[in-house]
Amino acid sequence: MAIEVSIPTILRTYTDGAKSVEAAGATLSELIADLEAQFPGLADRLVEDGSLRRFVNIYINDEDVRFLGGIDAPLTDGDNVTVLPAVAGGA
Amino acid sequence: MLVIDQLTVDAITAHARLDHPDEACGVVAGPIGSDRPLRFIPMVNAARSPTFYEFDSKDLLKLYREMDALDEEPVVIYHSHTATQAYPSRTDISYASEPNAHYVLVSTREDDETEFRSFRIVDGHVTEEPVNIVTGLVE
Repeated sequence: MAIEVSIPTILRTYTDGAKSVEAAGATLSELIADLEAQFPGLADRLVEDGSLRRFVNIYINDEDVRFLGGIDAPLTDGDNVTVLPAVAGGA
Repeated sequence: MLVIDQLTVDAITAHARLDHPDEACGVVAGPIGSDRPLRFIPMVNAARSPTFYEFDSKDLLKLYREMDALDEEPVVIYHSHTATQAYPSRTDISYASEPNAHYVLVSTREDDETEFRSFRIVDGHVTEEPVNIVTGLVE
């Protein structure tokens, strides 16, 4: 199973500069575990206390995973996943 | 230093005034590595709040795909503060995730004057930088 994952600039320090990597998983949760195995430290930037971090956006085939089941969203071979940190702030 | 043309400064300021008292936000994109903010892209503040801003997640994806297709990056990421100074707040600092961007803060707290300042925010560290406003910018 091969899922292409797009990595944002700020997380490329974990992937040795790569902006696109391949990983495997039947769910987003499994995919993140595989990413962690390949790129230690990456999971902690995406997940906190077992849930996806609020200000990191993850998309499966351009759909926000918040509408697909969050961290339990299912994945199929050939899907592409994009990670984009939120652009946000406050007063 | 941020080098930016007057028209873009005016566009950012106008956007902030238009959305006041909600925070306004957006990006000025430029060719990757050029450090030239050329393409003004005002964004919708999905939070619609006087004290918080966030790009809608769908808008964000569309923006990044577009920049990617044009070999651009976000050279300036701007937002406004509507009752406080044009300086990055703790939230601004903790969510800043584009290490190469110039973070422009605008304040609309005064009716007759709009503060316009620029900062680098890298690894939680804020550095203010001078803003050089030019009359024209080419690639």
